[in-house]
Amino acid sequence: MCDTCGCGQPGDPVTIRKPGQINPTHDHDHSHPHSHDHSHESEPSHSHGRTLLVEQDILSKNNLLAERNRGYFEAKKILALNLVSSPGSGKTTLLEKTIATLKQEIPISVIEGDQQSLRDADRIEKTGVPVVQINTGTGCHLDADMINRAVHELAPEDQTLLFIENVGNLVCPALFELGEAHKIVIISVTEGDDKPQKYPTMFSVADICIINKTDLLPYVDFDLEVCKQNASQVNPHLQFFDLSAKTGEGLDQWIEWIRKQVD
Amino acid sequence: MHEMSIALNIIDIVSSQAKAEQAQKINRIELEIGELAGILIDSLEFCFEAASKNTLADSASLNIVKIPGKGICHDCHTEIDVDNYIVVCPNCGGFGVEITQGKELKIRSINID
Repeated sequence: MCDTCGCGQPGDPVTIRKPGQINPTHDHDHSHPHSHDHSHESEPSHSHGRTLLVEQDILSKNNLLAERNRGYFEAKKILALNLVSSPGSGKTTLLEKTIATLKQEIPISVIEGDQQSLRDADRIEKTGVPVVQINTGTGCHLDADMINRAVHELAPEDQTLLFIENVGNLVCPALFELGEAHKIVIISVTEGDDKPQKYPTMFSVADICIINKTDLLPYVDFDLEVCKQNASQVNPHLQFFDLSAKTGEGLDQWIEWIRKQVD
Repeated sequence: MHEMSIALNIIDIVSSQAKAEQAQKINRIELEIGELAGILIDSLEFCFEAASKNTLADSASLNIVKIPGKGICHDCHTEIDVDNYIVVCPNCGGFGVEITQGKELKIRSINID
């Protein structure tokens, strides 16, 4: 059974490809978090029930792989930022604008995560930076193993910036560490200022909260201060950036924050 | 539906433990799930049943111990009960409550034959 969505297919539904690659090949040589050993050489010597202490974190494999990724990023001085949000909050547009502003001073690469299609990778490719697309099939989040495989494909240089655009989902990606330096949660003003109260887990694990599409504030019932207050109640350490990726308003502070992290 | 991933991770871990013990089947799995861990227990049980088919954990029962949420207020240092992520300290009204318990996602033990 596949490890991401639990579908009955024996193969791996996750594909990792670069823009232009139409028929992805299924690669079964990757280090997969589940064992492919199906031997049943159990001996019948233990016939009565006995209890074994396990005391293991359920996500320990993912966490271990995430730490491996983190070590790799730190050794190569790669700043990895994990962008999480609902679908349609403007992650890809924010990336396009951020890349256009920063790519002359910092080499950038991108891992795109979506269930299907190369659409986002195609958009990022037009900005001129290396990108790979992870398609999770029916999976609802990226995990550390997918990032490990995508990074092998990307082979980012030392002292670079790596953006990971997670699958649009404000719930599941909160639980899966990727090895990133920071989780950045993005909400757009069209989503409502009560998002942090409705989906607190994501806001509790993020370091940065970007409130996007501020150019639409005059047209929607969204109170910036109320939203920040709601988010700060979930996570008092959150740092906020209000911006419009479309118009560029407020983008400077976000860019400046990235520059400081890279230094 | 990250509960499916969680179910598969559980099966993965308990199967390798059971195989190492040369067990023929897993009867019972005891889990610790924090009330703030972001897991729907019903959904996890449903996914586990589907995912455990044709594994050593097929027909194993899940014994889920729920761990209640607790936190400590950084302003007045009171330990408080926490049932969600939006916490106001009942003692001083502050928001600086750090969650100290309730995010557990752990396999405590397995019973095997």
